[in-house]
Amino acid sequence: MAETRSSVSLTIDGKTVHVPPGTLLIEAAKQAGIEVPSFCYYPGLSLQGACRMCLVSIEKMPKMQTACTTVVTNGMVVRTDTDEVKNARKAMLEFVLTNHPLDCPVCDKGGECELQDMVFRYGAAETRFLEPKLHEEERKFSSLVYYDRPRCILCYRCIRVCDEGMDVNAYGIGFRGVHSEIIPNRDGRLECEECGACIDICPVGALTSGTYRYKTRPWELTYTGTICNHCGDGCKTTLSVRNNQIIRANNRDHSGVNGEFLCVKGRFGWDFVHHDQRLASPLIRQNASQHPATWEQALEMTAERLQAILTERGPNAVAVIGSNRTTNEESYLLQRFARAVLGTNHIDHHRTADFSSLVRALTEAGAADRYATMEDIFRASSILLIGNDPTHQHPLVAYQIRQAVRQHSASLYVINSAAIKLALRQAKLFLKVPPRREVDVIRVLAGGGEAPDLAEGGSQAITALRDRLRQETDTVIIFGDEIRGGGVAELVRWGLSLPGRTRFVALGDYANSRGAADMGLLPATLPGYQPLADAAARSRYESAWGASIPAEPGKDLRSILSAIDAGSLKALLVFGSNPLKTFRLDQSVLSKLSFLMVAELFPTETAAMADVVLPAASFAEKSGTVTNTCGQVQALKKTMRRAGTRSDFEIICALARLMGANWRYRSAEDVLREIIAHVPGYAVPLPSLLVGRAVATQPRGLPPLLEDSNLVFSSRDSLFTSGTVSRYSWALNSVDEAKRPYGHIF
Amino acid sequence: MPDYQSYAQGSPLEVKVISKRFGLPNSASIDVFLAHEGYQALVKALKMTPEEVINEVKNSGLRGRGGAGFNTGMKWSFVPRQSPKPKYVVCNADESEPATCKDRPLMEYDPHQLIEGIIIAGYAIGSHQGYIYIRGEYRYLMEILDRAIAEAYQRGYLGKNILGSGFDFDLATHTGAGAYECGEETALLNSLEGLRGYPRVKPPFPAVVGLYGCPTVVNNVETLSNVPAILLMGAEAYAKLGTPKNGGTRLFCLSGHINRPGVYELPMGFPLRRMIEEVGGGLRGGKKLKAVIPGGSSCPVLSADQIDVPMDFDSLAKIGSMLGSGGVVVIDEDTCMVKLAWRIMKFYAHESCGWCIPCREGTAWLQALLARFHSGGGLPQDPDTALDASYNMLGKTLCPLGDAAALPMISILKKFHHEFEEHLKLGKCPFEKNGTGAF
Repeated sequence: MAETRSSVSLTIDGKTVHVPPGTLLIEAAKQAGIEVPSFCYYPGLSLQGACRMCLVSIEKMPKMQTACTTVVTNGMVVRTDTDEVKNARKAMLEFVLTNHPLDCPVCDKGGECELQDMVFRYGAAETRFLEPKLHEEERKFSSLVYYDRPRCILCYRCIRVCDEGMDVNAYGIGFRGVHSEIIPNRDGRLECEECGACIDICPVGALTSGTYRYKTRPWELTYTGTICNHCGDGCKTTLSVRNNQIIRANNRDHSGVNGEFLCVKGRFGWDFVHHDQRLASPLIRQNASQHPATWEQALEMTAERLQAILTERGPNAVAVIGSNRTTNEESYLLQRFARAVLGTNHIDHHRTADFSSLVRALTEAGAADRYATMEDIFRASSILLIGNDPTHQHPLVAYQIRQAVRQHSASLYVINSAAIKLALRQAKLFLKVPPRREVDVIRVLAGGGEAPDLAEGGSQAITALRDRLRQETDTVIIFGDEIRGGGVAELVRWGLSLPGRTRFVALGDYANSRGAADMGLLPATLPGYQPLADAAARSRYESAWGASIPAEPGKDLRSILSAIDAGSLKALLVFGSNPLKTFRLDQSVLSKLSFLMVAELFPTETAAMADVVLPAASFAEKSGTVTNTCGQVQALKKTMRRAGTRSDFEIICALARLMGANWRYRSAEDVLREIIAHVPGYAVPLPSLLVGRAVATQPRGLPPLLEDSNLVFSSRDSLFTSGTVSRYSWALNSVDEAKRPYGHIF
Repeated sequence: MPDYQSYAQGSPLEVKVISKRFGLPNSASIDVFLAHEGYQALVKALKMTPEEVINEVKNSGLRGRGGAGFNTGMKWSFVPRQSPKPKYVVCNADESEPATCKDRPLMEYDPHQLIEGIIIAGYAIGSHQGYIYIRGEYRYLMEILDRAIAEAYQRGYLGKNILGSGFDFDLATHTGAGAYECGEETALLNSLEGLRGYPRVKPPFPAVVGLYGCPTVVNNVETLSNVPAILLMGAEAYAKLGTPKNGGTRLFCLSGHINRPGVYELPMGFPLRRMIEEVGGGLRGGKKLKAVIPGGSSCPVLSADQIDVPMDFDSLAKIGSMLGSGGVVVIDEDTCMVKLAWRIMKFYAHESCGWCIPCREGTAWLQALLARFHSGGGLPQDPDTALDASYNMLGKTLCPLGDAAALPMISILKKFHHEFEEHLKLGKCPFEKNGTGAF
């Protein structure tokens, strides 16, 4: 009996099962390997006992009970294999099929339909129902969500995932009895985040996707688990491909950092890959206009022009701008190419968060294990969110925060200049500050002192926040670009001084913003946050690469741009970046270059000015690894091919060879092995990556202090934007919600 | 407003306990109430301890008059008095069971009796707030109740420090919007909270987690109206009015093919045959009895040979039916039982909230099947299919509405199977003179 405190033992179909107290009978059965069918029960969502599929017999109970709402008790004797139970399951299926149209041959869900599977397994394939079925026309809730009432079995999963998972509350029930139906929030239309979780969670073909419906059958698709290429959260997604066309994205096996979560960009925003304006052939500028050329012509021209400028002006006249989206392997190769082949440290990228300062501050404090993962955010007992609007910029982070609050009452504290949704709906305490004053609050939190005008509620509010945080035992501090440079150091120092455990996350914009910093796409930092100024670090890479690295730190991105403007920098290579737009440059600046090469997916403003444009492969067309904003490395898997394109890996390798380097990489995996071997903090187990796990990294290093705080800024993408690529997504532009101003609360 | 006499002709066999003020001029006013023992039970109760009040009600054998017949004092004793949460008394005035019209005169002619009962219940369970949830169709009763509540506040029977006892109690009315389902106590609580009137998963029961997640007692109008009488006459005397474990009297609503339909207060256990023949004056036009619905449309139908039964909860349960809400429907020989089943099923299909599969789909299926069958389109397998579908609903739904639809259907299919056979043989309804007689 001593065990009863920690476990309850019961018998299901003669098997003895030990489960923790409070376990639901349906979960206990699952642990015993006994399937109890259900439609409405869904782990993590509220219970409702609506579908009655999980009725089981329990000894001493006069009626059958729903296993999904019954909490196990010691000595409970349960049977799921009696005729009574079997008949009940069959009866429920016969009932639900009375008005369910048997249009399985054309239904999107045919082949992966829970109702189909249940009927196959539990009977009721023959009906005694002879009356006319009720019919309703299909309805368009939005360009991405359609509703077919006759197919709906009213399990209400869609309503609950929208209420409890997304906190959007866009669905309700209309009418009554057999005429009940799911209704959207705006007079027959949805106004929501368009995340499509409702479609994903629908057990039947009632909610269908505007991009997938009636296009294919699920068994005609090939499925590849890869990583979404939009924001920095690194959601795992399964791309469903037929005939070299992506038709759908969902996280099919609910693995990875996101479980079943995907936002509108992850679920629908991949369609840019197939956009008509994708660059399909290299372009070479002849006279005033760009003309198609072969890959050989374009690459040779690039190598020749670079060689000429190097010979004439030396490596200081050449600079490289890297990408927030290319893989770790490509970013690593790009900086190796710049440093070891071109001989320049003028390499940088659009920094959307100050990862360097976080690594430096944690390393200085001897606390390089205090990086929080996506799961840590969910498990934390308290969360301090400074700046950023994760609901828009980091939908998975927002989801993790909401679930932490909902499922185990984590305390959320928000410091922000705007009344963001998390502050209004989930926060225990919200400190509203004037724009760009977040860092001043940290200073007051850390040092005390008076700052009556700093926050709404004055110093008292700040003191209250400090007192609350001092009570917490396990806090994750999440901050956006509002905190950078010295501010990060102050935040880390104060955070680590709190009595409880504190861990940190810096929020960077894009799929591999973190990886770009980790891989050293920075002018004075080598891969793994090793300072270029550190001769030992330099020599480690020199011996690994068999080449020398210039010791003098390179120019940062803004200095590169002003050097171009000043005429001292003559050649620029841009990979997956659009500085003209991001840095609001005048065209005249780039026209001062002697040579501009751009590797891109689309004809961007920067690409339009290039002497050579190289059509790059998208995330779906290549393999490699990316690192999310929490520092978790995951594998990108090649899903399809795109005629005419080459990956940045291939482009960089080809250029290096043409410029005389003796590189022998056969695939991105060879680069990954080099990264694992040489980049501090990246000794990740390759098998884990290959089976689709997320591997947390804990970088350690003392990169130089941030030279200019204007180098770090977020693009403030909304739920429906994602830099260049979202401009070429039909799905993201098709929804009315995309026209709402940034920060709109759905 | 209809006066009392117009729908209750009265019977010398009645034992008037809770209807004794019906028919007095201006009986809804507090002055008339006070002149006839009004609020005396409250005075008495406030001098007792809450436990004593609960025991008194327990010992009286009062059982829930809404239909389920659970011992009221027992229900009150389940409320965790030590809970730091507020506790609520909710009066279920969502009287919607077909053939039931007893709560209506109780609220119309004696609202203060109900209010007094609610206050005593509040005192017994340690509640300081009560609600009367009235069905949407009873809007005119809201005015009567609101007026009575205002009077009670004015005279100090509601509000702070009632009668100097230190006990505070507030009371308010709330209206439904016309849903049978909201008579189910947890759906009622949802509706009262402003949510859609869907039933909740039980357990937890409302006594522990009820309105706004707080301990709540939900009692029917008639149940609460009995409480003052119990305290005044004493549990023992009250219990003696009825049969063992079925204390007191009951308002029976006699309707159907009977000479003197109306609401009659009779002791629990009153014989059904005498109720029909002596109280109701026998069948209209000297017709023969075919069947009786003993307690509202959700009870299994009794055949003519089953009417020698005392009308109390246990006796009816013994013969496979229920006392239910006290709505007694007398059915004569000219009635088509298939059509009756169809009509009952039409009600349940219309009122099914749609939350759970068996009731939502089952009631609609049976309604469609019976409509087809009655109009001459029946197939030999239909009665068996209907019986099976009814059993597939029975005991498998989230709330009792599935049973309410299945039970009468099963009883008609079993006891009047020959009428289904006749429909099949003739290819039409043997009772319809002209056409199929849709509703």
